[in-house]
Amino acid sequence: MALTLAQKILGAHSIAPVTADNLEAGSMVNCRLNLVLANDITAPLAIKALKDMGVERVFDKSGVVLVMDHFTPQKDIASAEQVKICRDFALRQGLEHYYEGGNAGVEHALLPELGLIGPGDLVIGADSHTCSYGGLGAFATGMGSTDIAGGMALGESWFKVPESIRVTFYGILPPHVQGKDLILWTIGEIGVEGALYKALEFDGPVIENLSPEGRLTMANMAIEAGGKAGLFAADAATLAYCRAAGRKGDRLLAPDPGAVYEKHLQSDVSKLEPLVACPHTPENVKPVSGAGNIAVDQVFIGSCTNGRIEDLRQAASILKGRKVKRNLRCVVLPATPAIWRLALREGLLEIFAAAGCIIGPPSCGPCLGGHLGILAGGEKAVSTSNRNFKGRMGSPDSEIYLANPFVAAASAVTGRLTHPGML
Amino acid sequence: MMKLSGTALCLGDHIDTDAIIPARFLVSSDPAELAANCMSGLDPEWIKKVTPGASILVAGRNFGCGSSREHAPLAIAAAGIPAVIACSFARIFYRNAFNMGLLPLELGEAAFTFKEGDLVEVDTENRSVSNKSSGQNFFCPPLPPVMQAILDAGGLASFVKKRLQKRDNTVTSAEDDLLSPP
Repeated sequence: MALTLAQKILGAHSIAPVTADNLEAGSMVNCRLNLVLANDITAPLAIKALKDMGVERVFDKSGVVLVMDHFTPQKDIASAEQVKICRDFALRQGLEHYYEGGNAGVEHALLPELGLIGPGDLVIGADSHTCSYGGLGAFATGMGSTDIAGGMALGESWFKVPESIRVTFYGILPPHVQGKDLILWTIGEIGVEGALYKALEFDGPVIENLSPEGRLTMANMAIEAGGKAGLFAADAATLAYCRAAGRKGDRLLAPDPGAVYEKHLQSDVSKLEPLVACPHTPENVKPVSGAGNIAVDQVFIGSCTNGRIEDLRQAASILKGRKVKRNLRCVVLPATPAIWRLALREGLLEIFAAAGCIIGPPSCGPCLGGHLGILAGGEKAVSTSNRNFKGRMGSPDSEIYLANPFVAAASAVTGRLTHPGML
Repeated sequence: MMKLSGTALCLGDHIDTDAIIPARFLVSSDPAELAANCMSGLDPEWIKKVTPGASILVAGRNFGCGSSREHAPLAIAAAGIPAVIACSFARIFYRNAFNMGLLPLELGEAAFTFKEGDLVEVDTENRSVSNKSSGQNFFCPPLPPVMQAILDAGGLASFVKKRLQKRDNTVTSAEDDLLSPP
């Protein structure tokens, strides 16, 4: 039987020997894990669960990663206490990968950058956007804290082999269109439960020319279609990215020719314009020019979706020599300390500051309504993040429009949801 | 045989984890605090409708979509709701609910036949759901073996505990066989 990427990776990690025929969608496999991840919100519950399990030691000191990113820098006493629980645990266990303060960045930007993710890896994380690592050809999926505790204890977890939906993009990406628009198009097409219990697999000429950063952006939002994973084959660009992150020995990875997909979506993107997901669901996708006249109070450029250097370069290309609209707050959070420094060296932070942006620390912050830019009742935001659920970024009476960094930056300039080509 | 019963509290489609428990409450993992704010993203007064131990949630499609926060099923369970019936569940929520001892029952389109206030009875052993008000009975498909094994062990925590003990004592493990395909 020809295998999809999901079947290949799960099969390769199965503890019991399996043949291709045992990997049909719906089969259960118990798999060895490469990495188990948790953050400042989810790790404290996992640590408590480990205690309930009577676990003294995690399965591998280098296989458990804790990133304090959601409420960093600690926004109040309660969040500081949560981090303290994690820090004490990390020190007690001698974890090699504990990140806090100036070492912490948004986890799904940080781990690939640190070389902790490679093609063919199997990763579970107590964060739903763990699926991001599919951008580098890893099968990565979100789970809750108790499952994560099980993974930390055993170094294994059970998986149901998912069906896969194949999405192929042809043509040439127009200006101001990037990975974010491809994944928003996909979610608009199949809906927020279109990939429920399934994996998405992306390919085609557009994907071959898309940077690993762009693929991470796309894989990141697979969960917004209900997906268990969003997967990309590992090609030369993937291997170059992994090498630059300090990894060695990674190999190319592709699905078998003739693998069986539940569905095959195809699209020519040559005429695609920047898209926006309107309130209050990521499937409410419209072209920016057709989304209406929307006055904007806050713009957020950052997050595990669009907080990487490529995203900041795109935002800066729009904001250079322009000003943020008066009384609008434009919050820019480079996703990791390394991205922050690179943005400084490249002069991007100067551009943002000159435009009147608020440049903050690497943090998930406003994406989940944590801190660093919260919405009041009636306020509207354009955000490069991944969720526009009611109340996600603050008041239940606020609205979130999800878009790419070009659109976000252009909207910051005009104070209205704006197509960057219209400036 | 164990029976759960309660009156139906109905919710719509795509109830997300930010509705179930907004992120501003995630600075705590205290069950009582989470319970007090259960569904507050939807309606801060919603929790007043719950009769602890005697309410069962009935939702539509894709219940629990969004984040992996286990605080969501924890908030529901801690509010005294023992089971959630839905047309479909988001994958992470389903697994979390199961691990936390909140019973998720996927009924497909039949979930839409329940009305607010209907008297609901759940037989946890044969996985059947009766709507005593309408007289209709429904069955959930049996659990896959690994989930049944977790349930039989008394939850994921005890399952992992047993698995670790077995690892210390023997080379091969029964669960490996259980999990391997036929």
